[in-house]
Amino acid sequence: MSILINKDTKVICQGITGNSGKFHTEHMLKYGTKILAGVTPGKGGTHVFDIPVFDSMKEAIEKTECDTSIIYVPAPFAADAIIEAAEAGIKLIICITEGIPTIDMLKVKAYLNTQTTRLIGPNCPGIITPGESKIGIMPGYIHMPGPVGVVSRSGTLTYEAVWQLTQRDVGQSTCIGIGGDPVIGTTFIDTLKLFQEDNGTEAIVMIGEIGGSAEEEAAEFIKQEVTKPVISFIAGLTAPKGRRMGHAGAIIAGGKGTVAEKVSCLRNAGVTVVDSPADIGEAVQKILSGSCPA
Amino acid sequence: MKLYEYQAKEILHKYNINVPKGEAATNVDEVAKIYSKSGAKKCVIKAQVLAGGRGKGGGVKIVETLDEAKAFASKLIGSCLITAQTGKKGIQVNRVLVAEAIDIKKELYLAISIDRSTSKITIMSSTEGGTEIEEVSAKAPHKILKEQINPLLGIRNFQAHQIALNLGLAGSLATKGSSLIKNLFKIFIEKDCSLLEINPLVLTPDNEIVVLDIKMDIDDNAIFRQKELLETKEITDVSRAEKMASEAGLSYIGLDGNIGCLVNGAGLAMATMDIIKLYGGTPANFLDVGGDAPIEKVTTAFEIIFTDPHVAGVLVNIFGGIMKCDIVAEGIIHAIKKVDIKVPLVVRLEGTNVEIARKKLDDPKLNIIFADSMKDASEKIIKAVNNKK
Repeated sequence: MSILINKDTKVICQGITGNSGKFHTEHMLKYGTKILAGVTPGKGGTHVFDIPVFDSMKEAIEKTECDTSIIYVPAPFAADAIIEAAEAGIKLIICITEGIPTIDMLKVKAYLNTQTTRLIGPNCPGIITPGESKIGIMPGYIHMPGPVGVVSRSGTLTYEAVWQLTQRDVGQSTCIGIGGDPVIGTTFIDTLKLFQEDNGTEAIVMIGEIGGSAEEEAAEFIKQEVTKPVISFIAGLTAPKGRRMGHAGAIIAGGKGTVAEKVSCLRNAGVTVVDSPADIGEAVQKILSGSCPA
Repeated sequence: MKLYEYQAKEILHKYNINVPKGEAATNVDEVAKIYSKSGAKKCVIKAQVLAGGRGKGGGVKIVETLDEAKAFASKLIGSCLITAQTGKKGIQVNRVLVAEAIDIKKELYLAISIDRSTSKITIMSSTEGGTEIEEVSAKAPHKILKEQINPLLGIRNFQAHQIALNLGLAGSLATKGSSLIKNLFKIFIEKDCSLLEINPLVLTPDNEIVVLDIKMDIDDNAIFRQKELLETKEITDVSRAEKMASEAGLSYIGLDGNIGCLVNGAGLAMATMDIIKLYGGTPANFLDVGGDAPIEKVTTAFEIIFTDPHVAGVLVNIFGGIMKCDIVAEGIIHAIKKVDIKVPLVVRLEGTNVEIARKKLDDPKLNIIFADSMKDASEKIIKAVNNKK
């Protein structure tokens, strides 16, 4: 079992003719992801790896009946690409694009609140259900199927956590990078809810970082609604105050959003928080084998 | 991108918002000229640095004579200003703002920012403006009122009016205040701000509303469509290393420690710094080489790390997803040749093409200490650095 995507998920790649769209489409196809169409305005009628390219999302959906899309469109045009996908009836949008202006995303988010479409990202590595479907830019081979759901604001730090699990023969149900921008489509809470309901997920790894209050809000939700064990690491203990760390999200404002505050909220909610990023895999393994109370 | 106070005030002026008349100066002669030209008896001279707490740090003074203006300016320009927000080293003052001093009846607080938890724009207002606003926020949060603005609808009249009332502005002042608030919101959207904070917003004895100080931060993601702002950009507050990094497309922040870090991805870079600290070392920097790093970029990253003379060892931690480890290895070899690294170098590579990468680096002449996990890597670099002492 898994959340949001599985081996039958049919995907359209928006921005398939660009360098990164093409590169990652090749890797996703190799992993077994069913990419049935690409969209690039003005490139309709062409093909990329034998995949038909359409001019619009509407046309691509009519011809292929896909309900999921992945976006590699450059930042100035990405907000449009998200809205186009939602208007055309896509149910799940994964936006990889980095650098979308926040004001654009505020409008996109307000619009999506009136729709049933779910957005993951932007500025995220995507989503993978190991052994079934990879819709994103993560290296496929570090994953293996299993019972742990992984959700994270970071990219490579997620790979690190997943790799620690796989090296210990602990597989993953689904791994999601929700992105580190100030405005994102799917939050920690949305993902925790899905993992809690998923029969295939027995434990949840949640990786956060300094800035914002998403971890504090997640802690409150876990306390109320999540019965499965949650293991967490929060990056940024050594980050200097008030300075930007490459992620728009990584800004400390006042006392809020510090690592100490997040860790304390999560521990209060019964979450196992590891102090070292090297201990994530081991902590999960202990909890799953029952040698440590959740 | 943070704007200097004088730059932000120029923008406000263009939008017909009241700011004290003034000009920026880079030397004492200019200060004298602006002071004399203004004809005002009282002027305020303010250090232009990108940090708060300038008043308490001694970077702001009211002057009443030309001699006083010159004396303060000559003391301030070129000096290092240390405030609660600059860190111990302080920031060099290269420019000051000379502006007409304003009589103050009441100090208010007004700020527009993005509320991440609701994904809306929030306008915060308080009648308790001034230097103690953080104190107010901590001890009496109910005195800071928040109005949420739907980004699709923009600010509506009733909301602007409500905020004016929240600021204690009544009658015709409420109308004035409400049009100021709508104007500021317009700037926030049109200039792609991530923060627009006015503290204090001042009510004068003649019932004028004046913006006395402002912090304006532009969303870096939107710089591509704010080119005129980019042209006004000064990088006097940025170190040489940070400037090199920004030109190379790397993300670098210098810190106080002695272990240089070269990592891909911001989250992993922060986690690497954390684990170094956890095992008793201190990171010298945050450095994210980004999603793809060609050979030259890796070399530049090493050069940037070694601009800091305190670096006594370097830890490379790369989790190659899309970035291929063998390319990183080539970069390391090239850097060793070019930069002449004299300190211990610990390399931890994982991910795509890691086997090829390890073979390439497995040359005794390169003198690399290999690590096979984050834990192993941080233990090895700390040991190597301590042994050298």
